[in-house]
Amino acid sequence: MQEELVHIEPKLPTGDWRDPRVELRKGAICYGAAPKNVSYLGLPNPRAWQPLDSDWKLPPDWKRIILDGMKERLGKYRSFRLFMDICVRCGACADKCHFYLGSADPKNMPVVRAELMRSIYRRYFTLSGRIFGKLAGGRDLTEDVIKEWFYYFYQCTECRRCSVFCPYGIDTAEITMMGRELLNLIGCNTNWVLEPAANCFRTGNHLGIQPHGFKDSIDFAAEEASEITGLDIKVPINRKGAEVLFVMPSADYFGTPHYYTLLGYLMLFREIGLDYTVSAYASEGGNFGLFSSHELMKRLNAKIYDEARRLGVKWILGGECGHMWRVLHQYMDTMNGPADFLDVPVSPVTGTVFANARSTKMVHICEFTADLIHHGKLRLDPRRNDHWNATYHDSCNPARAMGLLEEPRYILKNVCNHFHEMPENTIREQTFCCGSGAGLGTDENLEMRLRGGFPRANAVKYVKEKHGVNLLTCICAIDKATLPTLMEYWVPGVEVAGVHELLGNALVMTGEKERLTDLRGETFVTTAQFASSACEGGHA
Amino acid sequence: MHALFALIAVLALVAAGVMGGQTEAGRFAFTSIVPYAAFLLLLAGFCRRVIQWALVPVPFHIPVTCGQQRSLDWIPAAKIDNPSTQFGVVGRMTSEIFLFRSLFRNNKARLEGGRLIFGESKFLWLSALAFHWALLLILLRHLRFFIEPVPMFINILERTDSYFQIGTPRLYLSDLILLGALAYLIVRRFRDPVIRFISQFTDYFALFLLLGIAASGMLMRYFTRIDILSVKQIALGFAAFRPLTSQGLSPLFHVHILLVCTLAAYLPFSKLMHAGGTFLSPTRNLVNDSRARRHINPWNSPVKTHRYAEWEEEFRAKLIAADIPREAEDAGRACSH
Repeated sequence: MQEELVHIEPKLPTGDWRDPRVELRKGAICYGAAPKNVSYLGLPNPRAWQPLDSDWKLPPDWKRIILDGMKERLGKYRSFRLFMDICVRCGACADKCHFYLGSADPKNMPVVRAELMRSIYRRYFTLSGRIFGKLAGGRDLTEDVIKEWFYYFYQCTECRRCSVFCPYGIDTAEITMMGRELLNLIGCNTNWVLEPAANCFRTGNHLGIQPHGFKDSIDFAAEEASEITGLDIKVPINRKGAEVLFVMPSADYFGTPHYYTLLGYLMLFREIGLDYTVSAYASEGGNFGLFSSHELMKRLNAKIYDEARRLGVKWILGGECGHMWRVLHQYMDTMNGPADFLDVPVSPVTGTVFANARSTKMVHICEFTADLIHHGKLRLDPRRNDHWNATYHDSCNPARAMGLLEEPRYILKNVCNHFHEMPENTIREQTFCCGSGAGLGTDENLEMRLRGGFPRANAVKYVKEKHGVNLLTCICAIDKATLPTLMEYWVPGVEVAGVHELLGNALVMTGEKERLTDLRGETFVTTAQFASSACEGGHA
Repeated sequence: MHALFALIAVLALVAAGVMGGQTEAGRFAFTSIVPYAAFLLLLAGFCRRVIQWALVPVPFHIPVTCGQQRSLDWIPAAKIDNPSTQFGVVGRMTSEIFLFRSLFRNNKARLEGGRLIFGESKFLWLSALAFHWALLLILLRHLRFFIEPVPMFINILERTDSYFQIGTPRLYLSDLILLGALAYLIVRRFRDPVIRFISQFTDYFALFLLLGIAASGMLMRYFTRIDILSVKQIALGFAAFRPLTSQGLSPLFHVHILLVCTLAAYLPFSKLMHAGGTFLSPTRNLVNDSRARRHINPWNSPVKTHRYAEWEEEFRAKLIAADIPREAEDAGRACSH
C-alpha cells in the first residue's frame, strides 16, 4: 500500500490574491542557499538562513535594492517591461500551468504569479498605481511580499507552457527569471540552485566532480560500453585538435538512468569513428545559472566556447539536456559569442551542413543522429528494444525554446518497434513539464514536485493503460533525474530513458560481439537470433 | 468589490454626461475641449508608451516556439508557428493580430476522478475575436460622420453590415455581435470563479465603459432616432477644428461622447495598451534563428568567469595524477595554439 503524499482534487479559488501572506511548508519549498556557495560566487548577503525562519535576515535597505533592481531591469529587458504592462487577465493561461493543476493554489495560475510582480510594478513605477494604489491593482512592497515571491517564483519551472496560449505571448519564465534575479539581490536563493552553480563555476560541472573523478567516470562508462559490445572503446579527454568537442550534462556521467544514455553516445561515436573529445573543464552542458540570474548563466556558460577555442576543435556537439539547450540555443552566442574561431558544423559522416547552427556552431545530438539515420549510415536493429513500449516526453526547453520535436521522434521510430504518443494536449509545444525543472528537483520539495508532475504523469498513465507503455523517453537530464520518482508515485511500472540509450541498444556495431544484455545489463528475453539478422538501415 | 467600483465609476460618467449636456458650457465642452483633449491624450499617450517599450532593448533572442524548428532539410518545419524567416514572423504576427492564433489553442483542463481531462474551449477566442472585429467595423463606420463625401468603402461596409435589412433604421450586424461578445466577456468575469478571482477594477471598468458606449450608441440609433444630420454637422466641425455646440441632441449623445472620450484617454494608461504591445512581444516577433544568426545584446555586460588557466592551476595535481593533458607543461614545447 502506497503512502499518500499528495492528494489532488479540484478546488475553486478563494480569498484575495493581494494578501501576500503565505504559509511556507516543508515539502513545498527548497532550502535556502548555504553561505559558502553564495560567497564563492560573490553574490550578495551570504548568511545562514532558512525559508521557514521567521527572520530572513534581509539587508537593512532591502526594499531600495529590490526597487532599484526592478527599475534597472525594466530598462534592460523589453520582455519584462512589456509583460508588466499588457496582460488583460483573460485567464487563458490559468489552467495551463502544471503547478496550478496539481496544487489548485490560485497563486500558481500564471496570470497571478505575474500579478505578484505586476502589483509591485504598478504601485511604484506607474502613475495610476502611485495615485490610486490598490484600485489600480497596486500593492505595497513588504517583507511578506518577498516571502510570497520566494515561494511562488520557486514554484515555477520556467517551462513556458502558459506562454504558448497567451494571446500576447507573455512568458512567465521571463517574469520568474526577473523575480529570482531580484530575490538574489537580497540573498533569497536556494541551495539546490546555487550549490550546483558554485560547483560548476569551480570544477566545471554541477556535481562538483574534479578532473580525476571526471576521468574515472568517463573511463568507467567506456569500459562498460566496451564490455557490452566487445569492442575497445576509449574516450579522449581534453584532447587538442579533435574535430568535435562533445558537451553533455554532468548527470550523464554520474546519474542513472542518464548513464545509459552516455553509453549510447559512446557507442555511436565509436561506430561512426567520430574525431572528438570531451573536456574536464567544460564538463557541464547544463546551466543552473539560468535558474538564478542572466549574469550567472553567462559566467557558467563561458567555459564552453573558451574550451572549444583552447582545444582548437571545429565545432561543438551537445548531449541530451533541456535547459542546457535553452541556454545554447537562445543565449550562448549572444552572451559569449561570436564563435568565429569555429567552423560551420558539418557531419563528418554524411557531409550534411548544419546551417541552422552556422553561427553558434553547436549541434544537438538528436539533429546529428537523425541525420545519420536518414542517410542510412547506421545499422539498427529495433528488435533489441522490443522489451520496451515507449512513449516520448517533449522536454520543455527543446520543445518551446527551440522546436526540436521531430528529430528525437525520428530516432525513436527507427530504433524501437513499439512507440505510442501521449495525448496531443500534453506533447510537443503543449508538453507538460516534469514539475522539477528550473532548480526545483530536490527531495525537500517532493510534494510540490509530485503535484507539478501530475499532469505529465497523468498522460503517461493514459498511454500505459491504453497501449501498455512501459518506458518514458526524454532528452533532458532533469527529466531523467526526476521522472523516475514521478513515475514511481503516479504510474508505477514505467521506466525512464534517454533517446540515445535506445539508440545504443539498437545500434549494430561493426565487429561487435553478440549482445546478451541491453545497456542496463538486462538480459534480452529472446536473445540469439537478433545479432545475426540485424540490419535495418534508415529510411534513406 | 472591484466590479462595483467600476460600475459606480461608469455610472458617474453617465451622470456627468447627462448633466453636462444640460448646460450650454457643458455642451460646448463635449464637442470641443473634452474630445480634443481625450484624443490628444490617446495619441500622445499611445505613442509615448510604444516609444518607451521600443527604447528598451531586447537583450536575448527568446521566441516561444510552437512547432517544429527548421533544422534538417527533410524534416518539414512549422513555418508560421516556429518561424525561421522574417516572412514566417510576418505570418505569425498576422495570425496573432488578425486571428488570435495563440488564444485559438485554448483548451480546458479539468480534474475528474483523479484524471485530467482536456476539453475544447473556443468561446473565449470566439468572443474576443468577434468583439475586436466588430469594434473595428463600427469604428470604420463612424468615419461617415467625419468625412464628406462619405468614401465608397464605408458605404460598402455599411451596406454589408446591414445586409439583412432588419428594421428601420437598419440593424447593423456588427452592433449585435459586439453586444453579444461583450455580454459574454462580462458574464464570464462574473460567473467563472477563476476569472472572477483574477479580475481587477480595470478589467471591469474597461468592459462597463465599452458596454456603456455600445448601449448609448445603439439607443441613439435604434430607439431615440437621433438627428443624424446634426450629429454629422458636429462631427465635421470637430474634424475641421471648428467645433460647434450641439443643439437639441438627446442626453444619450453627450453620454456617448463622454464615455468614448474617457475610453480614449484611459487607453494609454491601462491594460488596453495590449493593442500596441502585441506587436512588440519578443516571444512572438522574433525569428527562431538564434543559432544561425548572432543576436546582439547592446548591454552584454562583462562578467567574472573561471578561466581555464585558473582551473588548471587549482587542479594541477589531480590532472597530473589522472594523466589528463595540461596546458602549462605543453607551453614549453612550442604548442601550436
